[in-house]
Amino acid sequence: MIDKTIATVAQALEGLEHGNTLLLGGFGAVGQATHLIEGVLETGARDLTVVANNAGYGQVGLARLLREGRVRKLICSYPRIPGSTIFEELYREGKLELELVPQGTLAERMRAAGAGIPAFFTPTGFGTRLADGKEVRDYNGRECVLETALYGDVALIEAWEADRWGNLTYKASGRNFNPVCAMAAKLTIAQAQHLLPLGDMDPERVVTPGIFVNRVVHIPYGSPTA
Amino acid sequence: MNNSWTARTRDQIAARIARDIPEGWYVNLGIGVPTLVANHVPNDIEVVFHAENGILGIGPAATPETLDPWLINAGKQHVTLNPGGSYFHHADSFAMIRGRHLDLCVLGAYEVAVGGDIANWARSDSDFAPAVGGAMDLAVGARRVWVAMEHVTKTGAPRLVERCSYPLTAQRSVGRIYTDLAVLDVLPHGFRVIDMVEGMSLAELQNRTAAPLELAA
Repeated sequence: MIDKTIATVAQALEGLEHGNTLLLGGFGAVGQATHLIEGVLETGARDLTVVANNAGYGQVGLARLLREGRVRKLICSYPRIPGSTIFEELYREGKLELELVPQGTLAERMRAAGAGIPAFFTPTGFGTRLADGKEVRDYNGRECVLETALYGDVALIEAWEADRWGNLTYKASGRNFNPVCAMAAKLTIAQAQHLLPLGDMDPERVVTPGIFVNRVVHIPYGSPTA
Repeated sequence: MNNSWTARTRDQIAARIARDIPEGWYVNLGIGVPTLVANHVPNDIEVVFHAENGILGIGPAATPETLDPWLINAGKQHVTLNPGGSYFHHADSFAMIRGRHLDLCVLGAYEVAVGGDIANWARSDSDFAPAVGGAMDLAVGARRVWVAMEHVTKTGAPRLVERCSYPLTAQRSVGRIYTDLAVLDVLPHGFRVIDMVEGMSLAELQNRTAAPLELAA
């Protein structure tokens, strides 16, 4: 029997190592696996590279990981949001390396990693300082920048429903980066609001098929507070 | 000095943009004045609004009665979904943008240069804690890029220029600019004035613009 469900966050995070690259789903507070991210603190892992759209807010989740000094490098499209004070402090003090990536390039670099595409050309970013040092090639009269796939050691994602095979659905804009993060990591761990018996999830509604998911933790915490 | 004209308010700029959006377009609205455009599209005109975080068919801002904590737009404000709306993941959302499927994107900007270069994401090369978001994807990917911005800075410096002084978001991107003083099309070596606020003369507008203007025929 295949059973990817895991009882606790601590067990779900077993195998996480110093220096790992973590892919975090979520857009602001919505669809972010806050309980798994806080669980990373308990593992003691440090020197992490974190890939996420935002750099956390307030004192929870990614903001706590940053404050505790566990993150060496952030790969991010929009780190500065209202409430991202911990990120701003660390960045100002030079304690955090930042790789700024256009949001679509960030999503596509993870999708490429998940789809076995090591690199791709895109016109996004051409002629800007975010393309400094990158190979440029002309396709159909448009200058394009070479971007590489972004692989993760571990993806931490949030789903609405899950079953024991790791099939996932999402809720409204809570989907965002979660399906692409799931594809791009060696170990994908999902926290889910609802755990359904195998067969109860309408196959037409499955967004992330279980092949992309290794572990599922049932965490019915309620609604995100943005 | 008393001006003989009155600048458009933020809402008036948004309403002027909305007038130019035909039924059936798929449109992404940036943060700020562009977001206000949706309020000015008449209810009987079907325009489909897109958000980077995976939504097509965004409806009005949420009220306490309609608020869904799982439904936010790219500005992280709570919104509603119109009948016919859909959700999708980030790579699909940016495939819509980068694959040239959007009819229009309306962005804010610091500067637009002749030829259509746009600067809207960082104010200097040493900008503190920069954030780019989807600006670069939208600026190269949408079929049309329109900009909503003040015609000059708070200190009176022109924002329509020969060459952007702020870090670029994209080259040769912008087609049209809606300011508080005028609507202008971007030309290779200047800007063509489509309309101006009442009482404004071409000479007065030229004084506030750092590149050659010509009047639309």
